[in-house]
Amino acid sequence: MTKQADVVVIGGGITGTAVLHELAKYNLRAILVEQEPELAAGTTKANSAVLHAGFDAPEGSIKARMNVEGNKLYHDLKDELDLQIRWSGSFVVAMDDEQMAVLRDLLKRGQDNGVPGLEIWDGDAVRKSEPNVSKDIKGALWAPTAGICWPFGLALAFAENAVVNGAEILRECTVTDIIVEQGAVKSVETDQGSIETKYVINAAGIHADEISHLAGDNSFAIHPRKGEYILFDKTAQKNLVYSPIFPTPTKMGKGILVCATTHGNVFVGPNAQDMNDDEKDNTAVTISGMDETLEKARRLVPNIPVGAAITEFAGVRAVSSTGDFILGPSKITKGLIQAAGIQSPGLTSAPAIAKYLTDAIVREMGAVKKSDYKKGRPAQPCFRMLTNADQRALIAKDSRYGRVICRCETVTEGEIVDAIHRPVGARTVDGVKRRTRAGMGRCQGGFCGPRVIQILSRELHIPITKVRKEMKKSYMFYDKETQSGGKA
Amino acid sequence: MGIEMKQLNCINCPLGCLLMVELTDGKVTKVTGNTCPRGESYAYQEMTDPQRMLTSTIHIEGGALPLLPVVSQKTLPKDRILDCAAALRGITVTAPVKAGDVVVTNILGLGIDILASRDMDKRQ
Amino acid sequence: MDEQWYDIIIVGGGPAGLSAAYSAWMQGAKKILVLERDREVGGILQQCIHNGFGLHHFKEELTGPGYAQRCYDLVKDKKEIEILVDTMVLNINNDKIVTAVSPKYGLIKIQGKTVILTMGCRERTRGAIRIPGYRPAGVFTAGAAQRMVNMEGYLPGKKIVILGSGDIGLIMARRMSLEGCKVQAVLEICPFSNGLTRNMVQCVYDYDIPLYLSHTITAIHGKDRVTGITAAKVDEHMKPISGTEFEIDCDTLLLSVGLIPENELSRELGLTMHPLTNGPIVDQHRETSIEGVFAAGNVVHVHDLVDFVSEEAEIAGKYAALKAMGKMEGNVTDVRVEAIDEVRTCVPQHIRIGKGETIRLFMRVRKPMKRVRLTVKSGVNMLFSKVLPVAKPSEMIAADIPAAKVNGHYTDWTVSVKEEEA
Repeated sequence: MTKQADVVVIGGGITGTAVLHELAKYNLRAILVEQEPELAAGTTKANSAVLHAGFDAPEGSIKARMNVEGNKLYHDLKDELDLQIRWSGSFVVAMDDEQMAVLRDLLKRGQDNGVPGLEIWDGDAVRKSEPNVSKDIKGALWAPTAGICWPFGLALAFAENAVVNGAEILRECTVTDIIVEQGAVKSVETDQGSIETKYVINAAGIHADEISHLAGDNSFAIHPRKGEYILFDKTAQKNLVYSPIFPTPTKMGKGILVCATTHGNVFVGPNAQDMNDDEKDNTAVTISGMDETLEKARRLVPNIPVGAAITEFAGVRAVSSTGDFILGPSKITKGLIQAAGIQSPGLTSAPAIAKYLTDAIVREMGAVKKSDYKKGRPAQPCFRMLTNADQRALIAKDSRYGRVICRCETVTEGEIVDAIHRPVGARTVDGVKRRTRAGMGRCQGGFCGPRVIQILSRELHIPITKVRKEMKKSYMFYDKETQSGGKA
Repeated sequence: MGIEMKQLNCINCPLGCLLMVELTDGKVTKVTGNTCPRGESYAYQEMTDPQRMLTSTIHIEGGALPLLPVVSQKTLPKDRILDCAAALRGITVTAPVKAGDVVVTNILGLGIDILASRDMDKRQ
Repeated sequence: MDEQWYDIIIVGGGPAGLSAAYSAWMQGAKKILVLERDREVGGILQQCIHNGFGLHHFKEELTGPGYAQRCYDLVKDKKEIEILVDTMVLNINNDKIVTAVSPKYGLIKIQGKTVILTMGCRERTRGAIRIPGYRPAGVFTAGAAQRMVNMEGYLPGKKIVILGSGDIGLIMARRMSLEGCKVQAVLEICPFSNGLTRNMVQCVYDYDIPLYLSHTITAIHGKDRVTGITAAKVDEHMKPISGTEFEIDCDTLLLSVGLIPENELSRELGLTMHPLTNGPIVDQHRETSIEGVFAAGNVVHVHDLVDFVSEEAEIAGKYAALKAMGKMEGNVTDVRVEAIDEVRTCVPQHIRIGKGETIRLFMRVRKPMKRVRLTVKSGVNMLFSKVLPVAKPSEMIAADIPAAKVNGHYTDWTVSVKEEEA
């Protein structure tokens, strides 16, 4: 089966979905392909979830420009797309005079980059705002425009709006080749058929160099750098920190931070381990990594609730061989647009990257905005956030909102069914979890897991044995062995 | 055959005595390590004719739940437990069922019935 | 349903909740409500299809569902006892107003003269014990897998490794063997098993399953589905010893690494909690730090025998009923009960001594020991002293202090277990 498109976006992470959201505003045929059953299954789901203010990247870099502009765009998008963002501000803390000097450099760099509101605070002022930080902290750089977000939720919001506006998303669709004729992209070949297209946007994360290679452009490489995180139960150490607390940065990155998610769980991480290029999918957590993460986090905030850990996970950052984002048209293959090497601050930069790349395509193609473009996305009921009166009304309308499936997070059957049937709906147990928080709590799906699996099976009309955890072949249960003959 | 020594964990009480059993030509001739007489009789039983209860599930047609838990009426020879469990995997009964109902008569000709562990009503 | 009041509202319809309801009814309470979140009552027993339950309480060996059936038969068809299933309690406030939700009745708010908390416990997870490696499908808590196998009819896998020798893990080792699966190993980080001896024998040794004591998992392999694990021996600090690693081929890892009382409602209500039991602090009537709020069963401390759960719940049911009917003895002296020496926890944590009654204490010890002396003292006065041939962390110890010994001993009590000199 051959499909026709103007633009094919490869990769359903934060960059790919943000680009699709932007493309969907124009009269373009846009298709996004994602190899896994769920969006945001790579780097986007496992990072620090911080929307950075923009003082880290050197002045004049693409990163600096995209970061500052992306941060601004999210301030508008939050309401438009109902994004889970908490504008918390952020601290970079210093332990000694040497680090204080680094903070002053960062302040200067941030001001040059156009970051508003940056200030240097003394230790007492930091502790007044964040009472749980170490008494050894000498001072901090305060960035009021930084925030914390739910990255999966952001990617999903971009995708939902795009689909509502006619863009197409093909999941479990693996790119096998890119056909280039006379130096220009002609089609993208996938295991679901061929897509003829004028443009390919390469947002393939840690695999972006391989995709570029398929299209004949070997001009860069992507190296994997793993980072491990530990997440804690939200009932432990409530309000441990309000804003993300970063150490003074080093060459390897921004360091191990202490942060609270938009849902109130404290988390710490990431460490930074450069991996071999054949280990791009190595998301295994390690004992040394967990120990390092905890030890360094404790220097910032001593009373980390170690005993209340509920999960550990690792993400792989896409470090480009150029040291900066690789954005824009390939110099080798016409129609190939790179969005590669999107490591931090990639999450923050995504809407700016999307605008930058889309604008270029729109100019070249002479595309115009859709007259019937719909802002926002379908409302998503969240039982636990409602007043009792609204809860009653919701149950009266659909009694499934009266059946609590996940007891740790109070998630109802109604919400799970909605998550499955929404645009770009959940196909897997983790997909349900990331959309509704069912299974995200302290029992990690011990109670609700079997029930969520049954709901997925029923709603997707698939046998229990075909329900997956997250990845393509992550089947969870098998049929029982039966004895032939059957008579005892 | 001669004399042979075997170790056994007594399961009669939380003490969990480690029993040393002396076998002569396959017959128990001496038990040591036990604290009470129950240990000795357990060792004899375990060495001559070990027995186990069997619990499993069978399919139930039209029941409120898809499976019915079942239990053997009495103990079964230990070496036939896996055969009996395999045989039960092929069994289906029809709801309703009451706790104690016989769901399989004389399993594998061993003279023991298999009983429902609980009531199972028809699906509403 | 709304705006109703009850003598007693019981949160959770497992063995504790049902036993409490029956006991309250026996005491003469007229309006008793049991709220159960699952599709039927019986709690975790419904998936524990093995036998070995009820020898103390029903004087008969029963299966889990059989035990649940007995408990249910005692309370069903009694007009004073109302049972709502498929109903989740969202909140309990200081005035004992319970907010609950169900598809049938919607959001309801009901008032109890007393409330009994019987929410049971949950399993510790992979995250809580920080197992390194990938996060593929095929890692389950033993209880979640047990529900799928015994109630829904699916297997979690074919080649199984079990981490932890808690009773659920051991029971699942046998269960998977009976289902035709291969159990490759049971790994236990402690130098001793954490399950009952009879489960070790009948679930592990019977099926020739290798048991590795002082071992843990240092990596889980497989990106989509578990393909194996790396095991390693641990030192006396439970840290893996480098160089001792070996691989075990499996498609499934079941975790049986402990149970934690399920006390989110209790914490929100503001009950004083005990840091070691992870349950509310209770007196001998199982009344918590808030008057009229009682708690019993695994929500107070994790039990190894359901029989003791029922017994404790009957105490709570009885005194909640007396309280609701205004018949509770008022003139009492509050005395602390402190666990010392090798006693890790003791329930109740305090007692109110009035006219006098026999008090049963439940204890758990810190480590396995042979030949220990258990003593209960009030100041220097010996109230109870007994030699036990064996004491294990996995097996709760019960001791009855006769009423004659209880009376008048208002100095704080200490409960001690010490190894006897040879």
